[in-house]
Amino acid sequence: MTVLEVERLSKSFPIKSGLLQRETGRVRAVQDVSFSIARGETLALVGESGCGKTTVARCILRALPPSSGAIRFSPQEGTTIDLAPLSRSALRPIRRHIQMIFQDPYASLNPRMMVGDIIAEPLLVAGVPLAKRQARVRELLELVGLPPAARTRFPHAFSGGQRQRIGIARALALDPTLVVADEPVSALDVSVQAQIINLLLDLQDRLGLSMLFVAHDLGVVRHVSDRVAVMYVGRIVEVAPTIALYARPRHPYTEALLAAVPKPDPMLRDAAAAPRGEVADPANPPPGCAFHPRCPHAVDRCRVELPELREVAPGNFSACHRAEELTLVGVA
Amino acid sequence: MSIATSSEERFAQASQLQLTWWRFCRHRLAVISLAVVAFFYLVVIFADFLAIADPHAVDARRSFIPPQGFALFDSGAWSPHVSGLKGVRDPRTFKLTYTPDPARKLPVKFFVRGYSYNLFGVIPTDRHLFGIEGGQPVDGVFLLGTDQLGRDLFSRLIVATRISLSIGLAGVTLSLMLGILLGGISGLYGGAIDTLIQRLIEVVRSIPTIPLWMGLAAALPNTWSVTQVYFAITLIISLVSWTELARVVRGRFLALREEDFVIAAELAGASQMRIILRHMLPSFASHVIAAVSLALPVMIVSETSLSFLGLGLRPPAISWGILLQDAQNVQVLAGAPWLLCAAVPVIIVILAFNFLGDGLRDAADPYG
Amino acid sequence: MVEAARRVLSVRDLVVDFVQDTGTIRALDGVSLDLHAGRVLGVVGESGCGKSLTARAVLRLVDRPGRIVSGKVLLDPGAPAQQELTALDPEGEAIRAVRGGRIGLIFQEPMSALSMHYTVGNQIIEAIRAHSGLGKSAARQRAIELLQEVGIPRPETRIDAYPFQLSGGLRQRVGIALALAADPEILIADEPTTALDVTTQAQILALLRRLQRTKGMALMLITHDMGVIAQMADDVAVMYLGKVVEFAPVQQLFAAPRHPYTRALLRSVPNIRAVPRERLATIGGAVPHPESRPTGCAFHPRCPEIIAGRCALEMPPPLPPDQEGASCFHVMPKMMVDA
Ligand SMILES: Nc1ncnc2c1ncn2[C@@H]1O[C@H](COP(=O)(O)OP(=O)(O)OP(=O)(O)O)[C@@H](O)[C@H]1O
Ligand SMILES: Nc1ncnc2c1ncn2[C@@H]1O[C@H](COP(=O)(O)OP(=O)(O)OP(=O)(O)O)[C@@H](O)[C@H]1O
Ligand code: SF4
Ligand code: SF4
Ligand SMILES: [Mg+2]
Ligand SMILES: [Mg+2]
Repeated sequence: MTVLEVERLSKSFPIKSGLLQRETGRVRAVQDVSFSIARGETLALVGESGCGKTTVARCILRALPPSSGAIRFSPQEGTTIDLAPLSRSALRPIRRHIQMIFQDPYASLNPRMMVGDIIAEPLLVAGVPLAKRQARVRELLELVGLPPAARTRFPHAFSGGQRQRIGIARALALDPTLVVADEPVSALDVSVQAQIINLLLDLQDRLGLSMLFVAHDLGVVRHVSDRVAVMYVGRIVEVAPTIALYARPRHPYTEALLAAVPKPDPMLRDAAAAPRGEVADPANPPPGCAFHPRCPHAVDRCRVELPELREVAPGNFSACHRAEELTLVGVA
Repeated sequence: MSIATSSEERFAQASQLQLTWWRFCRHRLAVISLAVVAFFYLVVIFADFLAIADPHAVDARRSFIPPQGFALFDSGAWSPHVSGLKGVRDPRTFKLTYTPDPARKLPVKFFVRGYSYNLFGVIPTDRHLFGIEGGQPVDGVFLLGTDQLGRDLFSRLIVATRISLSIGLAGVTLSLMLGILLGGISGLYGGAIDTLIQRLIEVVRSIPTIPLWMGLAAALPNTWSVTQVYFAITLIISLVSWTELARVVRGRFLALREEDFVIAAELAGASQMRIILRHMLPSFASHVIAAVSLALPVMIVSETSLSFLGLGLRPPAISWGILLQDAQNVQVLAGAPWLLCAAVPVIIVILAFNFLGDGLRDAADPYG
Repeated sequence: MVEAARRVLSVRDLVVDFVQDTGTIRALDGVSLDLHAGRVLGVVGESGCGKSLTARAVLRLVDRPGRIVSGKVLLDPGAPAQQELTALDPEGEAIRAVRGGRIGLIFQEPMSALSMHYTVGNQIIEAIRAHSGLGKSAARQRAIELLQEVGIPRPETRIDAYPFQLSGGLRQRVGIALALAADPEILIADEPTTALDVTTQAQILALLRRLQRTKGMALMLITHDMGVIAQMADDVAVMYLGKVVEFAPVQQLFAAPRHPYTRALLRSVPNIRAVPRERLATIGGAVPHPESRPTGCAFHPRCPEIIAGRCALEMPPPLPPDQEGASCFHVMPKMMVDA
């Protein structure tokens, strides 16, 4: 069963300049993005800085109004709501079903509230009575591996990793149908990052969470996701099950990304060939396939015709004109 | 997974407010300043009780008496006393002037009866902290001397403190309300109304303050009572200073809107009201307090300068500015330099408020 | 054992304190390192372990309230022209000739080395002229060559660009060009690619490696990414809480890490080849703040191989400089035999 179905989602921001702040152009941060997430599934959204991952996440959470497209969400079996056109007040009752885990463990907790109150806030807002709230907070603290005494402390007494656990507990408070995590481990040290990744894996298993996992680290993504969507300059260029995508990428950009990751093995040196050029500017993307100036496989067609995302193998979608004919290299 | 051990318990359990307070306590100068400011406001509250003589009581006979010592012992025994006054006829002008007569000792007593007033504005009483009982009508404890009209400067200074400091407080309260209201609307709604308020602020700030105040103050009718003038002056000086507070409030509002924890509350389904009251207001309260303690001295100086220039409060009202006005001319300065001591509390209070404000600001936002 | 390359810089028992009103923080606790001509020393460790501080202390850039308490930094150790950087006035002429002259520095955020208000060319030309006698037009020619060398396309036009007109990757290339302006023998790169995307990172790392090899420079590469270390370093120093806890040639370190911390760190890195949904090995707890440094071996509260009754009380002996090994009771006895 599908929990979330995003269809042709687009979001653009005005570029303002000059004294009068007149609009002089638009950044097309997200363009025609479509994907779906099944119940209990984790879909990772990866790509380089500025490709629009956070914008997609915020549109789904409706912290931003999308410019166009549909965001069909099924809080329960049989009901589907399009979140895209909803007003602020119409959204409020639905909010509890989609929760977010933030990147910055310091900025995401109110420094003036006790941890117990932070975790209980969604419950309080949803009208859960006090006794139930307290019991639930205790349960949640245990779930994320914090001692019950944490309730009466303030966030400053916790390390980055512990704060991230608090943020996760808050996101899970109301048993959300979908959790959107925007780079939840990027700000953490390696040793703490591993703890949080393991926690997320445990929670996926225990609670059957459905998750949209935004990340830029392909190593982290490999550990936590069932499927991966790769974005480049506002568009999804490839979607595939995790193992398939890593083993045999179907888009030259995915291949380049995998090749660029520095492998933690000194025996595998100099194998990585970095792609040439720079990530394109979303305010002024190249015509045709946005990756063509950097693509070693580009042909004339790529410079003029925009490749559509299409199924090139069962379950594998790619937006490359030459997806079928190319044999791209992944990692074992 | 372990969390802070018991030795760190105090720190772990501390609220943001406590942490701010601990950080504040590390600024020694700011802590001293806080004590100084608190002392001055205590003086404000107990002004009449502390005053020795009626600050309005005129007596030409004791004009320009220099500050008088205050002896604690009399031939080895505890007996605080001052000297009485002795009339001396000037051999050239034949004018009778009074000078202290060390031979006549007047005992200083505590909780003596003096002029009547209302304590805290409500309790009628005539008790004062100290003073003398009995003696001739001209006698008194003139710690800081007297002015031309024979009024006790110490008592006048204390009562002036009340007016000068409370006018600052009233002005700040007024500009705080204006600032929070307009800054809050600006930051909360944004768009056209924000632009409008921002332009208004810019216009107000671009007007040179001194001429504006002078113009407005000069326009106050002569017939107005002391109270009316008092409120008018408050209004005038807060007219300008609200803009700074509005800026602080608006800036914090805009910054907080984008904070992850505010977005988290919104995603939890919290109402606007709850977000503002629970998450945003507490986060900038400390900034506002710091801004206020930096705005206060400006207000106090404004009132003092206006009154000094004769454009603010007018006698019989007593404020620091008015006391300084009395010390204006050279003749007085040469003959009665003690009148200048009215400048001392002005300087102390202004410095104290500035150090206090700096300390509060650093404590509230160690990174900004 | 490290082969006999010329030692160009030695750091010996460097101790740096931060004196605060809440107490004194010992941020570096006896760091010893050596840089060799033509070799890359990777310095790795988690946030706050003192990597950047080591680099700053070498260049005498420790700001108040920080203070170098003891230890030495020697340039050209053993040579007749040996210079003791720790003995120089941190604001003096001599250290400034070393900074940006003999030792080039590359920052994580290139903007911290570049000014917004001058063109890229102005800044590089100024750096070239400060450390050489070149005239204006010769320096400009050299600057264009440098920009070319660091792979900036169309250097003749880009030289007149302002830093904010360039992308992050190009800015870092300019930062590298700036560090190379005086032809340094030593390059210190503090997380040069942490702020960059993977594809850009791969480009910058390739560039750094090429430059380091062709010029025979000694490179000190600071990073928290084990992948970057594996790809770039010849020797590796692993730091934990202001100390070097393990030193080894890179192959040795990855094949047979000696210190329990290194072992745990390597196992907790998410791997691009992992079995999906595989759990990572973790280290319990988090890096303590140097303010509350544990007694004995600083790693003992998190160590899976702790020796009861010993590690919490005794400090394992520090690593002798420039010798492979680890500062751990499990490792030291073998080391002693070796020595
Ligand atoms: N509020 C905004 N106004 C204008 N442009 C914006 C805004 N938010 C994002 N953008 C632009 O939209 C594009 C996509 O940004 P987004 O934050 O979604 O990227 P991202 O993939 O999350 O990147 P990162 O990995 O750096 O977080 C960027 O070019 C960014 O500059
Ligand atoms: N200005 C300062 N005041 C107090 N302590 C400081 C200061 N600067 C650095 N330190 C201390 O020095 C320690 C080492 O800092 P350093 O910047 O070298 O860490 P790092 O290893 O580079 O970490 P990162 O990966 O986060 O860059 C920190 O843990 C901190 O406690
Ligand atoms: S469409 Fe062309 S340019 Fe784009 S990725 Fe495919 S081959 Fe390369
Ligand atoms: S000395 Fe002891 S605590 Fe430290 S790393 Fe070795 S075994 Fe672990
Ligand atoms: Mg993002
Ligand atoms: Mg650093």
